[in-house]
Amino acid sequence: MKEEIIIAGFGGQGVLSMGKILAYSGIMQGQEVTWMPSYGPEMRGGTANVTVILSDKKISSPILSRFDTAIILNQQSMDKFENQVKQGGLLIYDPNGITRHPQRKDITICSIEAVDLSAELGNSKAYNMVVLGAYLKKKPIVEMVNVIKGLKKSIPERHHTLIPMNEKAIQIGMERVTELHTI
Amino acid sequence: MELKDIIKPENKVYSKSPVLTNKVMHYCPGCSHGTVHKLIAEVIEEMGIQEKTIGISPVGCSVFAYNYIDIDWQQAAHGRAPALATATKRLCPDKYVFTYQGDGDLASIGTAEIIHACNRGENIVVIFINNAIYGMTGGQMAPTTLMGMKTSTSPYGRTEELHGKPLKITELIAQLEGTCYVTRQSVQSAAASRKTKRAIRKAFENSALNKGTSFVEVVSACNSGWKLTPVKSNEWMVENMFPSYPIGDLKDR
Amino acid sequence: MAEFILMKGNEAIAISAIRNGCDGYFGYPITPQSEVMETLMVERPWETTGMVVLQAESETSSINMLYGGASCGKKVLTSSSSPGLSLMCEGLSYLAGAELPCVVVNVVRGGPGLGTIQPGQGDYFQACKGGGHGDYKMVVLAPNSAQEMYDFVDLGFDLAFKYLTPVMILADGVVGQMMEKVELRPVKPRWSDEEIKKNFKWATTGKTPDREQNVLTSLALDAAVHERLNHKLQSKYKQMETEDVRFESYMCEDADHIIVAYGCMARICENTVELARNEGIKLGLLRPITLYPFPTIEIQRMVPQLKSIMSVELSAGQMVEDVRLAVNGKIPVNFFGRLGGIVPSPHEVYEAFKKEINK
Repeated sequence: MKEEIIIAGFGGQGVLSMGKILAYSGIMQGQEVTWMPSYGPEMRGGTANVTVILSDKKISSPILSRFDTAIILNQQSMDKFENQVKQGGLLIYDPNGITRHPQRKDITICSIEAVDLSAELGNSKAYNMVVLGAYLKKKPIVEMVNVIKGLKKSIPERHHTLIPMNEKAIQIGMERVTELHTI
Repeated sequence: MELKDIIKPENKVYSKSPVLTNKVMHYCPGCSHGTVHKLIAEVIEEMGIQEKTIGISPVGCSVFAYNYIDIDWQQAAHGRAPALATATKRLCPDKYVFTYQGDGDLASIGTAEIIHACNRGENIVVIFINNAIYGMTGGQMAPTTLMGMKTSTSPYGRTEELHGKPLKITELIAQLEGTCYVTRQSVQSAAASRKTKRAIRKAFENSALNKGTSFVEVVSACNSGWKLTPVKSNEWMVENMFPSYPIGDLKDR
Repeated sequence: MAEFILMKGNEAIAISAIRNGCDGYFGYPITPQSEVMETLMVERPWETTGMVVLQAESETSSINMLYGGASCGKKVLTSSSSPGLSLMCEGLSYLAGAELPCVVVNVVRGGPGLGTIQPGQGDYFQACKGGGHGDYKMVVLAPNSAQEMYDFVDLGFDLAFKYLTPVMILADGVVGQMMEKVELRPVKPRWSDEEIKKNFKWATTGKTPDREQNVLTSLALDAAVHERLNHKLQSKYKQMETEDVRFESYMCEDADHIIVAYGCMARICENTVELARNEGIKLGLLRPITLYPFPTIEIQRMVPQLKSIMSVELSAGQMVEDVRLAVNGKIPVNFFGRLGGIVPSPHEVYEAFKKEINK
């Protein structure tokens, strides 16, 4: 198993921490992982992205130009990464603020209304966990029990009381993800 | 009476401290370094801390201080002695750590290091030799060179327009919260030397009490650099240096 | 069971220092490596192992703090990024001249000047060919993962004390900022004062009546003495070249061509090798782990089987000079590099490689 993911959006959306939780979940089930934050010129202008790789084998390049999955949370990232999804791959996006929706016909496209859903939850900080839930529904590459373990590792102990809320946000994301285009 | 009748232990009135080595000093006759070295060695001897003292020598004439005081030494890059002393004291808190620096080293190239070490209140001793000139490189202007004073890089005398005024670094150091004892002394006479020795001793004692940085400036003579005889140098120093660099404690708490 | 933690390369440096008996860290903030000191300040090792951590007023000061600490026989560490390293070069020359051990981490960014905070490998010359003044070398270790960032702190101290010399960990922004799984190796305690006195007779531990004073200096005004000191340094560098060359080969056995790359570029070029192999091109990868001493002999050993070598760097071409020296004109040596903090993808490297061999 090898899954190469790009998560891209604005700074503050929890892009980096979502990637970190995913990476930690991978470690919890004995996989190799890398987490590489945006570290190129694209970092300017308030966008943030992270490449996460989970693999059963040793990972070579942490920097990629093609991805199995793109999780896209703003328009700039859509413009940049839609074409970098491998043929047959997966694109998940939050339509909030998106003016040009994805057009590829050779990939699976899903949407998750994470802004609205996290607002319904009463915690906008759970935004990224709703998105994570949507992703895990489409690609259950890590088991939920390992995600919870990953959460525990990534969140400081004093905030562990927030774990049930995060778990709920993941569940909602899993339930409410919508497949817009299927190949 | 023959010579051997005179050279007897009971007739001895003075001997050099065993903490001084037997090496012949390279300093010019009349230079203050030799006297200050002697005073430091005597303090180390009297406090019984030879095994616990680490000296940091600078770049300048006293780069070779390690040849004369028989303790462990680190020889620093120009101006950096307070950084070495900081780490040495923090990593070996049971040691007495002192830097020995000239005016070019401390007040010019090493201003950042000395200011910050003193501001952090490192429990070290700083011995600052201020002779208003670069001795080792051949008599160039120092930050502490007096107005109008001729040096090889101010051949027509120091002017404010070209060089600014002398840097009163010790007054600056005294403002820093981290320093506990800041004093300015001299060694042109036996009486002055005795006072300087007391100041050095107090500085070392402070360091054991973790009171912060102790800073002892010694207004010194560089007769070669000043192009004066040793006697004239001392007179010139009293007459010209002391008004700009007045002797006495600036801070003692 | 081994304990795995997800951490950045920079964090791995800090955690490794604490767990490997480091006595002191002295540093100054600069992107992209500030997490090293930040992590240490959060961990507060002075309350557990007794390790000293201090934010210095400048990189000039932190490297000289290392001089002081190393003089006492302590394991001392600093980290910085390119512009900071330029300031440290004075101190590194003095440390090398006074034969003092320390570990210096450079998480390289793009230069020259203030450059960019994005990753670079343009400090190869500075690290391997001097940087500071005079005839000196440092062992230069080039990690390519968070695990190696962790492991090379300990290895760095071993080599620093073996040769009594500064050792540099030459990382890059990718290796410093990337998070990976890191195995925490068994803890090594700090050396006691007694161990230091016994093992490092040269250290300024305080002059006792049973020995001569210890003086740590790089000054020797007597020409003959100074030449002897230099010869002694040179003999250490010869010894490094025989005993401590480290490298890793990937698919080199049957290779017609190889890429030479280090740090993050070696990771990226592993994928390039796979792309080439998928198209039936026998490409291999040689990754120098020590940039100094350089794996010259390994390259020379491989030359007869090869049609070409390509050096791939985040620079305008620095390591390629050492590759050329090793190859000595026998086969073509090509170069591909990106500048300005741009990190090429495996595909981009592959395209550049194909262009060169099809010329």
